[in-house]
Amino acid sequence: MTADTTPAPKAEAAVRCTGLTYSFGATRAVDGLDLTVEQGEVFGLLGPNGAGKTTAIRAITTLLPVPAGMVSVFGLDCARKKMQVRRLLGYVPQQLSADSGLTGRENVELFARVFDVPRAERRARVDEALAAVDLSEAAGRLAGTYSGGMVRRLELAQALVSAPRLLILDEPTIGLDPLARAGVWDCIAQVRAATGMSVLVTTHYMDEADEHCARVALMHRGRIRAMGAPGDLRAELAAQLDADPARVSLEDVFRHHAGAGLTGADRPDEGGDFRDVRRSRAAARR
Amino acid sequence: MSAAPVPQPAAEHAPPTAPAGGTALLAGPRPVELRLLLTPPPPRHAWRLVLARMGAMCMVELQKLRHDRTELYTRAVQPALWLLIFGETFTRIRAIPTGGIPYLDFLAPGIIAQSAMFIAIFYGIMIIWERDSGVLTKLLVTPTPRAALVTGKAFAAGVKSVIQALVVVVLAALLGVALTWNPLRLLGVAAVVVLGSAFFSCLSMSIAGIVLTRDRLMGIGQAITMPLFFGSNALYPVSVMPGWLQAISKANPLSYEVDALRGLLLGIPAHLGADFAVLVVAAALGVTAASLLLGRLAK
Repeated sequence: MTADTTPAPKAEAAVRCTGLTYSFGATRAVDGLDLTVEQGEVFGLLGPNGAGKTTAIRAITTLLPVPAGMVSVFGLDCARKKMQVRRLLGYVPQQLSADSGLTGRENVELFARVFDVPRAERRARVDEALAAVDLSEAAGRLAGTYSGGMVRRLELAQALVSAPRLLILDEPTIGLDPLARAGVWDCIAQVRAATGMSVLVTTHYMDEADEHCARVALMHRGRIRAMGAPGDLRAELAAQLDADPARVSLEDVFRHHAGAGLTGADRPDEGGDFRDVRRSRAAARR
Repeated sequence: MSAAPVPQPAAEHAPPTAPAGGTALLAGPRPVELRLLLTPPPPRHAWRLVLARMGAMCMVELQKLRHDRTELYTRAVQPALWLLIFGETFTRIRAIPTGGIPYLDFLAPGIIAQSAMFIAIFYGIMIIWERDSGVLTKLLVTPTPRAALVTGKAFAAGVKSVIQALVVVVLAALLGVALTWNPLRLLGVAAVVVLGSAFFSCLSMSIAGIVLTRDRLMGIGQAITMPLFFGSNALYPVSVMPGWLQAISKANPLSYEVDALRGLLLGIPAHLGADFAVLVVAAALGVTAASLLLGRLAK
């Protein structure tokens, strides 16, 4: 019984992928991914549509089998110890995942229930999660009446109510205006400061990654092209090009490492399929 | 507690007076105080976990109904029409042998089962919708085995159906159908409706796991609900059916649901033991099939 909750030894990385490979039919979505997210860090997984970010996330969140390679969360094998891994995870998918027919509080309550929060604690925990994302006042309103930023923060509260040790965010700021984006990142920073949890985030937005991630991995066509602290990556490229480091952006780094083929014209087989587009637009619409 | 300077990592770079709202942009993160959210809840196991998930899913259904009862009312229209028009007319015609009771009385349990089935059949479409939004994905990343999730959904369909059945029972009573008001029998009615809806929602979720898109499922849903209804004893007794239809009716869980409802609500002879057994087995098979096929939706 205690085996479920006993944390893995301290040195264990929050996420460790070794040689993860996953194919959809003939398309190799993830091709030998090696990745380590250290405990307590904010790690950004960057790349264009179809780079393999979401597939990697789905393997880490136990949604996909791991046909080749190994994926572990705090030392627990994601393919074998699914239930134990899930108890350590807070997951916010890219799409709108709050229920518009329930109030903010009810949305969070549902996740308190499915994570087995004892009844005696439920109300207090839900209150705390709502307060942490600054939604205490709006908690009684239907989520359908929330703005895009509020919905995202509500989804964060849903993920936080179970006190996860690893928060996984798939494109958390997609489709949000700049102010709402900042609000979402503020929430993440606050909760991380208070809990010390690890965060794995995917994003298209290089500027956000530069600002908020301790380390990033640049992914393209299923592989990691560069990995490190954003500042180091920029400085490295600047030294290589003999340019002013202040004028080299993370986007330049990405362009440099991914080479040609970022425009999409020459990668008809990769990503951004109809469902992806529909999803991200639906996310943008809120 | 607030008097003592508690060393908090976040408190150091917090502004002395952070203005409320979104204006804290430049001031940096305001510290949040977390006590309970630092420790994960203790896990539940085995059957307690399944019961908890059933409770959670049913709760969601009840909360949604509380916020918006439109569906409850609009879904009452069709059974009302069946009872009022079809029922009243055929009561006059006396064409269908009902074993001595008015046709309207004979029909009422059939219509209760039908309206419950219509609600349950909708669950497959709902689970595809939940897949297309992120709701299902997020639930699948919680400590909820697929079978527990499906069982939870199945019983949520049951709860919703029971509320719908209640509406039809009241309608029938208003039309003068001599129904029982014995609480034990009504409890049995609720159990039968829950089991029947659990089966039909799982049937629908299983098909959802096979066809994977809403459009296809809507077509199939339309295509199977009417045959299930007409191929049962809801409108007429099995004895007047041609042999081939009798065989279909025997394999149709809806027939057993209607039979049990007639026995419980009208007090006419029924095979309650067999009916319950068939419904329990059907629901269990449905949960198994839907759990196995749910993985296809998650991919």
